Amino acid sequence: MQRYIVKRLLQGTLILFLVSIIVFLLGRQIGDPVALLLPEYSTEEDRIRLTEQLGLDKSLPEQYAIFIWNALQGDLGNSIRGAREPALDLVLERVPASLMLASIAVFISLLIGIPLGVLAAVKRGSLLDTTARVLALLGQATPVFLLAIMGMYIFSVQLGWFPTSGYGRPEQFVLPVLTMSCFMVAAFLRLTRASMLEVVDSEYIKLARIKGLSERNVIWKHALRNSLIPVLTFMGTIFGRMISGAVIVETIFAWPGIGRLAYDAVMQRNYPVLQAVVLFIATSFLVINLLVDILYAFIDPRIRYSQ
Amino acid sequence: MQLSLSAKIIVVTGLVIILVLAVIAIFAPLIAPYDPTIGELSERLKPPCWQEGGSRDHILGTDTLGRDVLSRLIYGTRTSLTVAVIAILIAGSIGSLLGITAGYLGGWVDTVIMRLTDLAFSFPTILLALVLAFVLGPSFFNIILVISLVLWVEYARMARGEALKIRGMDYVALAQVAGCSKIRIMLRHILPNVASSLIVLATLQVGMVIVLESSLSFLGVGVPPPDPDWGSMVAGGRSYIFSAWWLSAVPGVAIVITVLSFNLLGDTLTEYINPSLRRQGGW
Repeated sequence: MQRYIVKRLLQGTLILFLVSIIVFLLGRQIGDPVALLLPEYSTEEDRIRLTEQLGLDKSLPEQYAIFIWNALQGDLGNSIRGAREPALDLVLERVPASLMLASIAVFISLLIGIPLGVLAAVKRGSLLDTTARVLALLGQATPVFLLAIMGMYIFSVQLGWFPTSGYGRPEQFVLPVLTMSCFMVAAFLRLTRASMLEVVDSEYIKLARIKGLSERNVIWKHALRNSLIPVLTFMGTIFGRMISGAVIVETIFAWPGIGRLAYDAVMQRNYPVLQAVVLFIATSFLVINLLVDILYAFIDPRIRYSQ
Repeated sequence: MQLSLSAKIIVVTGLVIILVLAVIAIFAPLIAPYDPTIGELSERLKPPCWQEGGSRDHILGTDTLGRDVLSRLIYGTRTSLTVAVIAILIAGSIGSLLGITAGYLGGWVDTVIMRLTDLAFSFPTILLALVLAFVLGPSFFNIILVISLVLWVEYARMARGEALKIRGMDYVALAQVAGCSKIRIMLRHILPNVASSLIVLATLQVGMVIVLESSLSFLGVGVPPPDPDWGSMVAGGRSYIFSAWWLSAVPGVAIVITVLSFNLLGDTLTEYINPSLRRQGGW
């Protein structure tokens, strides 16, 4: 187990290193920061001075070495827009808003998706099962941006219940959270249903029934616990999808999270901020996947990471 | 596995919708009543024909530039399906070949290819696509390139897994004894046995690609205007949501129906051909 964790950490470091190279190169491709920063009528001297100041006159490997050396010390450069704040600070500032949105959405999705999945599996073929599956299919077929706009039209324009954008007040959470939850509810529901159906047919569930345990006990304790393993593995995948969802949801609802920061950074050709966002996301993605895999081994003792 | 009657009805419905969409995409110029890129400003923001103020001339109304929504929808089908088919063909071929190579050859080739998939996997899809689309600039060709770069990973992983299983089979060993080259073994003996799983995966991905492509167009880094595209149509209607709901709703419904049909078909094929490959929820 320890060897496995060490191996995964080393692999993760290698991947982060590769990510940093790609991020660095992409950042350089997005546009000429000198042209962006200088006013329209500036002299050639200004241009040269700024190029030197930004370190852009050095060779690419040199620039990368400086970039990675500073990055290891927590310095990812300054934003080339606005007050030119440190890029990493800008990202960290935005994390709470994204985290809040994501965690509420995940919590609600689990709360709705898992019980519905269990019920659908237990009452297989019933009206409830059919309805749940149709909802899940619709939830998966509807793009996030469409849900956001439909939600705005129905709940803000027609009913006037919730504001169309903003962050802070409780009612401003409703639409973004609902939009983010939809595809997750659908995914959790389908996963739970499918794995419940498999577990319910297994020997130990039959045994639990023969032992005379109550049906409620059998389903919600014995069967559900084992059905949750695929749901847990899926958490790693869902994190990646949530980031994608966050870019769209946060952009539409003017939510001050990292998704919107990433979108704005691309649109404003603000490469230091973009580099910081992507590195931050890639790091958290790797960490979360590692945690999921370790947790997985703890929950299911059948899995041993020996190699 | 025998399909139940309701499952048959669902699959047939899905297939019929997909066929209709394909016909619409191919014959778009014959079906569309107007040019999708040219509008008449005097006709702008006409509601659909069943609403007050709508007319038979524009069944689904007109947009902010007076372009016919139905015609744009029809040409949009073409955009969505073309992008999906080409991107999946490119990503599927490259991914499968890399995966088979990794699985069959093993060793350092395997390590390098698998680390590449890890790398591609550690970028959130939309973010990668957003950055790439922006670096390369919006164009029809670039959007296909971007989506292919995101998609190949799953084919590579799956082809590798299947190739690992097949590698140990007797007929592969026999082919080696018979003196077949490695390339021949991979293409003639392994690929055909992986193909059915790959085709199922491809069907499952069509819906995902359509969502991804329309999301990118919605964010303004997809198919460049004035070319008709469902995602950018929804985006274009966003600012008019108070007065002209149909601008976003009509293309939105088209996306949902299309994705739903492909997902239904893919799900059934999965159960039928390769139950081990259950879909894990939408993108």
